[in-house]
Amino acid sequence: MNKIFALTGVVIKELYRRKDFYVLFVLTAVLTLAAGAVNFFHDEKIVRYVKDICLLLIWISSLVIAIVTTARQIPAEREARTIFPLLAKPVSRGQVIAGKFLGCWLATGMALVVFYFFFAVITGSKEQSWPVLTYFQAAWMQWLLLGIVIALVLLGSIYFAAPSSTSTISFVVVISILLVGSHLHVIALQQPEPMQTVLTFVYYIMPHLEWFYLSDFVVYDFGHVPLLKIIAATLYAAVWTGILLLLAWLGFRRKNLTT
Amino acid sequence: MSAILQTQKLRVEYRTRELRQPVKIALTGLDLEVRAGEVFGFLGPNGAGKTTTMNVLLGFVPPTSGAASLFGIDVRQPIARQRIGYLPEMTYYYKFLSAEELLRFYAKIFGLARAEADRRIDQLLKLVELESARKRPIKSYSKGMQQRVGLAQALLNNPDLLILDEPTSGLDPLGRMKVREIIQRLKNEGKTVFFSSHELGEVETICDRVAIVHQGDLKAVGTVAEISAGHPNLEQAFLKIVGFQSAHAS
Ligand SMILES: Nc1ncnc2c1ncn2[C@@H]1O[C@H](COP(=O)(O)OP(=O)(O)O)[C@@H](O)[C@H]1O
Ligand SMILES: [Mg+2]
Repeated sequence: MNKIFALTGVVIKELYRRKDFYVLFVLTAVLTLAAGAVNFFHDEKIVRYVKDICLLLIWISSLVIAIVTTARQIPAEREARTIFPLLAKPVSRGQVIAGKFLGCWLATGMALVVFYFFFAVITGSKEQSWPVLTYFQAAWMQWLLLGIVIALVLLGSIYFAAPSSTSTISFVVVISILLVGSHLHVIALQQPEPMQTVLTFVYYIMPHLEWFYLSDFVVYDFGHVPLLKIIAATLYAAVWTGILLLLAWLGFRRKNLTT
Repeated sequence: MSAILQTQKLRVEYRTRELRQPVKIALTGLDLEVRAGEVFGFLGPNGAGKTTTMNVLLGFVPPTSGAASLFGIDVRQPIARQRIGYLPEMTYYYKFLSAEELLRFYAKIFGLARAEADRRIDQLLKLVELESARKRPIKSYSKGMQQRVGLAQALLNNPDLLILDEPTSGLDPLGRMKVREIIQRLKNEGKTVFFSSHELGEVETICDRVAIVHQGDLKAVGTVAEISAGHPNLEQAFLKIVGFQSAHAS
């Protein structure tokens, strides 16, 4: 376990020393701030609209951070050949995968904390309401989703050497699932066979990332999600993350690293 | 004496991307045995299969057939690498870390206790003369300094077996001498050193035994004296064995 944490530490150190995402951070912060500064005239609709935009911004920023960071990890180690002195030490490839996953996941977690804290302060100071539990649930669900995404990207990065291809493909997959995921079985019914069966099948086997998007609760003040549902979602995310990491490990385990 | 490093009928084929291309055979069935406490030179011209052999020993490349072990443990198990130090042919280290941070990271991978790690890191940074640069990021290091970082990380766990892939290539004469000195010192401490080279001069002076590979095949193995018997020196023997016809030979 210490070996995995050591790897995790390096991932996080690289992330804050590279400073790539500082721009994204500042941009998100400034936009949220600007949105918060709009004079609402207590118009319920505009308030919701602004909150929706801010939340979307947080989602996109955190997805970008998660995907781009993860896609780079293993290809960069191979490119700079740092993977060789590393794997020449008593560390298994499974531990490397685990350490990389944990590093990327924790890093995006920290980004989320900053984003949500900012969001809460801005909206709270305007509306004088502090639905902390709802924010916490929304952030937690988003973090779970990012775990699945990071595991998926890690898997992709073992097969596509170029981080840009992995990032692009992951983006398309994740956004597609978020947009049509919950409707796919309905869309399927309108399709001719064999499309109908294929899409229905896909609907049942794909990871339902859209379940983790809690913006309605945050934006419409729906209160909070029952604890049982959060636990179920957590388990669901854990299983998916586990499956994807297992596949990543299987792909990486026997890989000839010199080609 | 027992074998610390062993390969048996080791065969490695590289599959090329193009389908019609034939597979590239890097090793044809290598049998090698390195015994405890010896300095073993692994010689061969470029492309002979030296790096490939080391890559199998370190688990980077799965053998097509045959087997390889370190300390009697199959190289596929990570624990086989607990007591080795490895210096790659050429590598960059994590540029955003300092030498000290890099060594501390590797110490954790080895599972060294904090105090032991601190002591060894201080000692090694002194040995490779990077003390004054220890807190600077590696990206600010010169090429020679980066190679010395490599040497330090290879010695971090006080290994019983060192695997060095062309440790002196690309170094200036002073650097070469330092590396030779370090190898000599390790030998005196009873360590086993397995290193590849095509610098025959240095091999002659420090190796107990050498092996010569050519086109993936073991051509000769023995002491320097045994191999150079009947030839003016090791270099001539080497050239003869790899089939090079000297213009001066009559
Ligand atoms: N990843 C690879 N893919 C295809 N062929 C390779 C690869 N690595 C090495 N080779 C080939 O295998 C042979 C042995 O290479 P190598 O072990 O690097 O030799 P050496 O280290 O003795 O110079 C060479 O012909 C080389 O071209
Ligand atoms: Mg080589």
